[in-house]
Amino acid sequence: MASQEIERLAQALARLPGLGPRSARRAVLWLVKRRETSLVQLLDALADVRERLVECTTCGNVDTSDPCAICSDPRRDAKAICVVEDVADLWALDRAKLFTGTYHVLGGKLSALDGVRPEDLNIARLLARVEAGGVDEVVLAMNATLEGQTTAHYLAERLEEFPVRITQLAHGLPVGGELDYLDEGTLAQALRARRPVG
Amino acid sequence: MALSRISLSDFRNHRQTGFDDTQQFNLLVGENGAGKTNVLEALSLFAPGRGLRRAGLAEMAGAAGRGGFAVAASLVPTDGGDAVRLATLVDPRRPGRRAVRINSGDASANSLGEWLALAWLTPAMDGLFMDSAGARRRYLDRLAVALDPAHARHVARYEAALRERNRLLTGERMPDPSWMDGLEKQLAAHGAALGGGRAALIAALRDELAQLPPEPFARPILSYVPGGPAEAEPLQIALREGRARERAAGRTLTGPHRDELDVVMSGKLAPAANCSTGEQKAMLIAITLAHAALAARGRPLVLLLDEVAAHLDPLRRAALFERLVHSGAQAWLTGTELPPFEPIRDRAAIWRVARGEAARID
Repeated sequence: MASQEIERLAQALARLPGLGPRSARRAVLWLVKRRETSLVQLLDALADVRERLVECTTCGNVDTSDPCAICSDPRRDAKAICVVEDVADLWALDRAKLFTGTYHVLGGKLSALDGVRPEDLNIARLLARVEAGGVDEVVLAMNATLEGQTTAHYLAERLEEFPVRITQLAHGLPVGGELDYLDEGTLAQALRARRPVG
Repeated sequence: MALSRISLSDFRNHRQTGFDDTQQFNLLVGENGAGKTNVLEALSLFAPGRGLRRAGLAEMAGAAGRGGFAVAASLVPTDGGDAVRLATLVDPRRPGRRAVRINSGDASANSLGEWLALAWLTPAMDGLFMDSAGARRRYLDRLAVALDPAHARHVARYEAALRERNRLLTGERMPDPSWMDGLEKQLAAHGAALGGGRAALIAALRDELAQLPPEPFARPILSYVPGGPAEAEPLQIALREGRARERAAGRTLTGPHRDELDVVMSGKLAPAANCSTGEQKAMLIAITLAHAALAARGRPLVLLLDEVAAHLDPLRRAALFERLVHSGAQAWLTGTELPPFEPIRDRAAIWRVARGEAARID
């Protein structure tokens, strides 16, 4: 029977995405064995995150400053906003270093089954940013899932009243993909989205 | 091409069972629970998917074994060329994963479909015409996916969007109109593709069935009764205009989730559900064979027919065998007794199956 302290930590860790009670208990044991080294590092890191990280009140990104480094970067093009579901999507796009505009993190996607409604997402602030002017283009970079696409349709409709160009990431042939191995749905998307060469 | 040199290892109640020197007709005769259907199930794993019982891998592993199983067979060309060796197995060390080998190389389960087409009919499908409309829609979709794999994606997307919309309709508050628009757009796009796939399937089956003589084997006439507008745009409009009524009803009332497959027996012109057990069985067999012919598209076809002879009278049994001969497909048939198979006895390979073992008796 594990002590109360171990159980409490294990229960807290078990709720992390991808873990669960069994993995959490294993992680706790590992940490207990390294109380003076890894556990201390983890405590420091957690305390730093707790004290220093804030949510950017402009875009919803997580950073040590508000506005975040992206929003306050003068080299960024504030005329273009790329809307993503989660911070992880922002990181993924920014890793590619191709998009020079700013971002907007919704903090999830519309899902009636999970009880996520429009007011639960960071949508009002997006509309306020666009309404304030100075924005030419909104890129909807939602996932190609049912909920992601529903959210994209929803946003497109809400943004209709503003004089901005609304675009969406292309769906189709992945880079390095072979036609022979693609399913018909993906092929159909790629064909529909074909464009002139050069 | 036909399957031969078949071996089952640790598959359900078969510890080590082999079938050599197979023919166009292969009969498995034995008492209930002897392991006849298990052989058909093992062969059904030469198609992508979960086999004819849709069972889990752990269920298929023999109780006496170590948690894994293996099924192998050679696909032998009739022109005397090299056989293709197919194998599918579960390694006891990786119990959740079904591996596939083709000519000793690792392959995907989907690539099995490049070599042969499999179709089956089991007693579990006997109640299809009496069952719910939902069961018939699932049946239609399974057949449609065999002709067009993209159909599966439309089914999944449509159902997911429908669940979302129904949840919004039953919520305490009025559904957000823009949210409804987003869902309805996807319902309309996938719904039109889904309905189109079903309609195309039924049209193709109708053409195939129309070539058959109406006697003595009951011929079904299939029609597709759509549950809503067929095209995406009218469907989207119907959904939008139906919101108030559907909110009162608490669910979506128009769309392909309300489709129906109408089956009437030709000649008698009676709805299939009102026909006799034997007539229903004959119509199911006719649909299964017609679909198998469509789905094979030049690939060798293997038919797994579990207990099909039982409900048929001698005249109709003879007609079935005649039709199977002409199909050119390799057929695997099970039965508790040999006499019903008398007309094909001379040209069949026959095994008696008992307690998970098979002995050649022809």
